[in-house]
Amino acid sequence: MFEGDRSLYPTVVDGKAQFDLASGKFLKLWQGPQHPGITGNMSLELVVSGDEVYECKVHVGYLHRGFEKLIEQRLYIQSFPLVCRICVPEPDFNEYLYAVALEELAGITVPERAEWLRILTLEMARLTSFLMWIGGQAGAFGHGTIGQWTVTYRDYLLDLFEELSGMRIYHKYIVPGGVRNELPEGFTGRLEAVLDKTEKLLGELEVVLLNNAIIKARSVGLGIITPDMIDRYGITGPNQRAAGFRRDLRKDQPNLVYDQLDFEPITGSASDAYDRLLCRYHEMHQSISLIRQIIKKMPGSGPFHEQLPNVLHWKIPAGQTYKKAECTRGEYGYFVVSDGSMRPRRAYVRGPSYTHAMVLMERLAVGTNLADIAGLMVSLHTYPPEVER
Amino acid sequence: MEQILATISQLFTVSGSRRQNELLYFAECPKEHLVGLLTHLRDHEGFTHLTFVTAVDRIEDGRFQVVYMLHNYDSGMQLGIEVYIGRDAPELDSIHTLWEQARVFQQELREMFGIRFPGSPRLDENFALEGWDGIPPMRRDFDTKKYSEETFFPRPGRFSEEPREYMKKKLYPDRGSDV
Repeated sequence: MFEGDRSLYPTVVDGKAQFDLASGKFLKLWQGPQHPGITGNMSLELVVSGDEVYECKVHVGYLHRGFEKLIEQRLYIQSFPLVCRICVPEPDFNEYLYAVALEELAGITVPERAEWLRILTLEMARLTSFLMWIGGQAGAFGHGTIGQWTVTYRDYLLDLFEELSGMRIYHKYIVPGGVRNELPEGFTGRLEAVLDKTEKLLGELEVVLLNNAIIKARSVGLGIITPDMIDRYGITGPNQRAAGFRRDLRKDQPNLVYDQLDFEPITGSASDAYDRLLCRYHEMHQSISLIRQIIKKMPGSGPFHEQLPNVLHWKIPAGQTYKKAECTRGEYGYFVVSDGSMRPRRAYVRGPSYTHAMVLMERLAVGTNLADIAGLMVSLHTYPPEVER
Repeated sequence: MEQILATISQLFTVSGSRRQNELLYFAECPKEHLVGLLTHLRDHEGFTHLTFVTAVDRIEDGRFQVVYMLHNYDSGMQLGIEVYIGRDAPELDSIHTLWEQARVFQQELREMFGIRFPGSPRLDENFALEGWDGIPPMRRDFDTKKYSEETFFPRPGRFSEEPREYMKKKLYPDRGSDV
């Protein structure tokens, strides 16, 4: 922020700048939809004064695929290739939540082994997503090398997913009633080897990223979320925990078998971009620890899938439910309404980016430097595909 | 939770409360009481987190079911408040003053279902669609196939086969139509 004579800059009242665009002193600038500093297909309409941003409007719609409408027209099981595509870097949460919502409405309980296999894939997906994110965050602050390292390690995990499910990006491994197949021979050994390698990488990241003077200079004090904003803006996940709130759905309302695992929610206090980076960095370590615990505690064998009726003629009794889970970005949820027919009446996807990328970003961007907008946006960890679905 | 439901049914017209699972309840209220009820739940019952606002098109009854999902961080309870409004000229009071993110949910509902929220900021701006002037696409009477046939005419030289007939022809080519 320019520290000299600020009389020419507009005043900011309650997060809104007072200015007259017609005065010719301000510039309207579009960042995105094609821009390296944007997380996916969305655009920011910025009003800048010098190099400070005074208004930000987020525009989505470049990626609208009408999935919710398509799900209404398909059989329950036919929606699985759709739901995983709602969030590209982290499809497993979609599959899991849609599956548990159908299971609750249809009254199906899954075998214990399936719960362990599900939690294993969810934690692997979390680590995969964080590895991609941390590369983006470093890149947004001008440190592009880190992204090349972490995406390599993400690929090692994707190799394991491919071995497990036959697919790298969209796995369709979690299905109603359980999971699709058993772990391949020797899978846990290979997974542990990848975890060891990833842990070593995280140690290197601590040196080059977290202790990097440039990263610190650019991210400390950037995009501070105050505690009173948390509920007013519906902020969840690491963005909320970095503000000091000890809220984690895995701990507060444990789904699957999270209550049998030993972990503590990771919180911060400064609530700026650097603190959020730290929180997510420690959550990557936590995820590695959780996967190791899961491998250790998982029952050795047993059924992994409950018998379902013929899924091509599967009718689910009328009802509605909301299922949620803690994904890397916060609360991810599925609201599924059934009317007793063979097709869902409505499936609504609640992605955490909905609030983080739209209202929160618009508020936090006011008063920041134009060059920090990309870093701020990545530090909120937003994925546009789940905003417009 | 039963106690909260009893309290709000004394203060407001609340009906049809039901339990979906140990942490999720639903209750219905008329649209006139909506903002008052949500404010009461937020300020006095600890439901400080607005998870989402969405709508379900109950076309057979000629009305929309709008669901406001609230969450209480202390008790972990989730409460869905349902409001039923007619499908013709649907309108609800805006809650953007209670939660900032409600503005986006309302903008999306206006675009996808045609529900209006007078006073909600940037309500008429495009959300995901641009230059849309047909019926709101998430309504049940919007025909996606008809829309795509009208908008994207088929490319010449392409044809589609009915899968059942195609497999019959392929598997039993000499049996004719008696398969």
